[in-house]
Amino acid sequence: MNLTKLLATAAVALGLATTAMAQDKTKVGFIYVGPIGDGGWTYEHNKGRLAVEAHFGDKVETVYQESVPEGADAERAITQMALQGADLIFTTSFGYMEPTLAVAGKFPNVKFEHATGFKTAPNLATYSARFYEGRAVQGHIAGKMTKSNIVGYIASFPIPEVIRGINSAYIHAKKVNPDVEFKIIWAYTWFDPAKEADAATALIEQGADVILQHTDSTAPQAAAEKADNVITFGQASDMGEYAPMPRVSSIIDNWAPYYIARTQAVMDDTWESVQTWDGIGAGMVGIGEISSAVPEAIKAEALALKAALADGSDHPFTGPLKKQDGSDWLGDGETADDGTLLGMNFYVEGITGDIPN
Amino acid sequence: MLRFEKRPQPSQVWTYLTPLLAVVITMIAGAALFAALGKDPVAAITTIFWEPLFGEFAFYYRPQLLIKGAPLVLIAIGLSLGFRAGIWNIGAEGQYIIGALTGAGVGLAFYPMESWVIFPLMVLAGALGGWIWAMIPAILKLRFGTNEILVSLMLVYVAEKLLAAMALGLMKNPEGMGFPGSRNLRQYESAHNAELITGSGMHWGVVAAMIAVIFAYILLNRHILGYHIRLTGQAPRAARFAGVNPARLVLFCLGTSGALAGLAGMFEVAGPAGQVSIDFNVGYGFTAIIVAFLGRLHPVGILLAGLLMALTYIGGELAQSNLGLPAAAIQLFQGMLLFFLLAVDVLTNYRIRLSRSEGVA
Repeated sequence: MNLTKLLATAAVALGLATTAMAQDKTKVGFIYVGPIGDGGWTYEHNKGRLAVEAHFGDKVETVYQESVPEGADAERAITQMALQGADLIFTTSFGYMEPTLAVAGKFPNVKFEHATGFKTAPNLATYSARFYEGRAVQGHIAGKMTKSNIVGYIASFPIPEVIRGINSAYIHAKKVNPDVEFKIIWAYTWFDPAKEADAATALIEQGADVILQHTDSTAPQAAAEKADNVITFGQASDMGEYAPMPRVSSIIDNWAPYYIARTQAVMDDTWESVQTWDGIGAGMVGIGEISSAVPEAIKAEALALKAALADGSDHPFTGPLKKQDGSDWLGDGETADDGTLLGMNFYVEGITGDIPN
Repeated sequence: MLRFEKRPQPSQVWTYLTPLLAVVITMIAGAALFAALGKDPVAAITTIFWEPLFGEFAFYYRPQLLIKGAPLVLIAIGLSLGFRAGIWNIGAEGQYIIGALTGAGVGLAFYPMESWVIFPLMVLAGALGGWIWAMIPAILKLRFGTNEILVSLMLVYVAEKLLAAMALGLMKNPEGMGFPGSRNLRQYESAHNAELITGSGMHWGVVAAMIAVIFAYILLNRHILGYHIRLTGQAPRAARFAGVNPARLVLFCLGTSGALAGLAGMFEVAGPAGQVSIDFNVGYGFTAIIVAFLGRLHPVGILLAGLLMALTYIGGELAQSNLGLPAAAIQLFQGMLLFFLLAVDVLTNYRIRLSRSEGVA
């Protein structure tokens, strides 16, 4: 355990050095999975970083590394930031969970925050957003707007996060349109414009006139624009350049308030390892402006749903609900608990097809 | 006016000089690129080439060079054998993935049993996995005359799908709350490809890479098979008259490169990476092609080229987070290296002359 010791000593030495200097500057690091110009997931995290800089000005220094592969390379990138004296490091993709945990063990004085994971340590917190609340609003609009009754869904990877979104959108589309049918394509990528465009085109050819996406590029928007009369929703970022058609609304990840609060906590020495999971209410999930392509009445309903989700009077997963195999899941008026949601590995009743394994 | 004049024989001197020249030109062009991006070019170049070796935190980066370089060298050595004989295995990335899957699969199958036999079995399984994946293009080539470049490349994408399927299905960590990815092999002692000396970066993959370099050197210089490989590449017709069996050579070259790529994948998944995940492969199999050519297809050259490539990776990451250089600029910088190498290769085969026949080369 020589290296651990060596690194720990270096960290302690640095910790001392930085606290000596930290009177003026707190160093915050960000590890990104994509390029900062992806227009989606990483773009929004980077906006959060810029917000931290704008908020704290001279009191803070931020560093970042983009397009970091998940795995061994991530561990080196995170270690490097810790070695260079970062006080707080945000690792912004699920695949950084094990590397972040490993580095956190070696640098007890540095605070780590991992997005969308579930492993924690005394100096490692997790944070994520309840995107499924936004999916409920999308599902409502999709169910009302579709004429072909076919909604296309570009899914990324069959993990609970994505399955939750599909279920939430489907439940709320079905509620307002009993004839609606979901066609799901698994793209096996978070960001690959070519693949996403292919998936969107395939769904449109199968009759879909609404496209939902859980991938980060604007390629599906472009494909829908070409097809005409197909509506889409921005993912992770507003993608407002495609409004009012095809993009009729969006889910916006808003990390800025969280990043600012956590940086403040490090400055005040009140930082604790927590597991944050915030939604529309806390402002972590934003609903992009519903465009003029949506009739006023539908827009009003969607906004009412958003308000109810925000104040907690409604929950996207409210019974009675059955699982795809017909077994009972939630009784009348019962809502899903976080544990089930976090590990969700089943479709709700009515969705056709299997979750790939 | 400049004129190219073909040399009667490739220049011995330039064969060794061109890689160095390419590195120097890359540094100059890279510096210009960084300057155009508004960064201090000297600081950028020193961060990439100097910091990891002699900077403040070199104690951490030097071992990382071995960790990053070992899979590159291991795969490139295998590829170089085929490349010398004109057998083009472009799908090392796929063989790397399959080796990782078979190696990790054996380890995970034994979990949580602790025994010293597990790791050697994983090594065998990793090599076998890569070998089998490379045998597909080999056998198709021999039976049906298919092009091994296309088949091996296409099989990379098949392997990636298999990897995703394994990370999401069969090999998924049962205690992972439904998230993709296998158990972490680094937390399973019998399967962990740990550092042999703590803090040195030396794991079994590094040892394997060094052994591969030595064996390849002996094979090419002292063994009849190595002679056949070189002969086939230089003069295929003469090789046939000399009694070289082309089928056997295809099987040997693709098989060896596949097995070595599989080994690299296995050592990576059991060590630095730790788990089978959807994004496990990061392009070592493709970068190794650059390494093989940068190293002149010579075992020692490949060793040096692998370390140089690792240096640009690690230094490039440093330049990103310390100087705020975009990731794309670093990738461009690495790409330039191969580009300039191929460009200055002209000097090996040609002499540059002024029209008034004044030699300048």
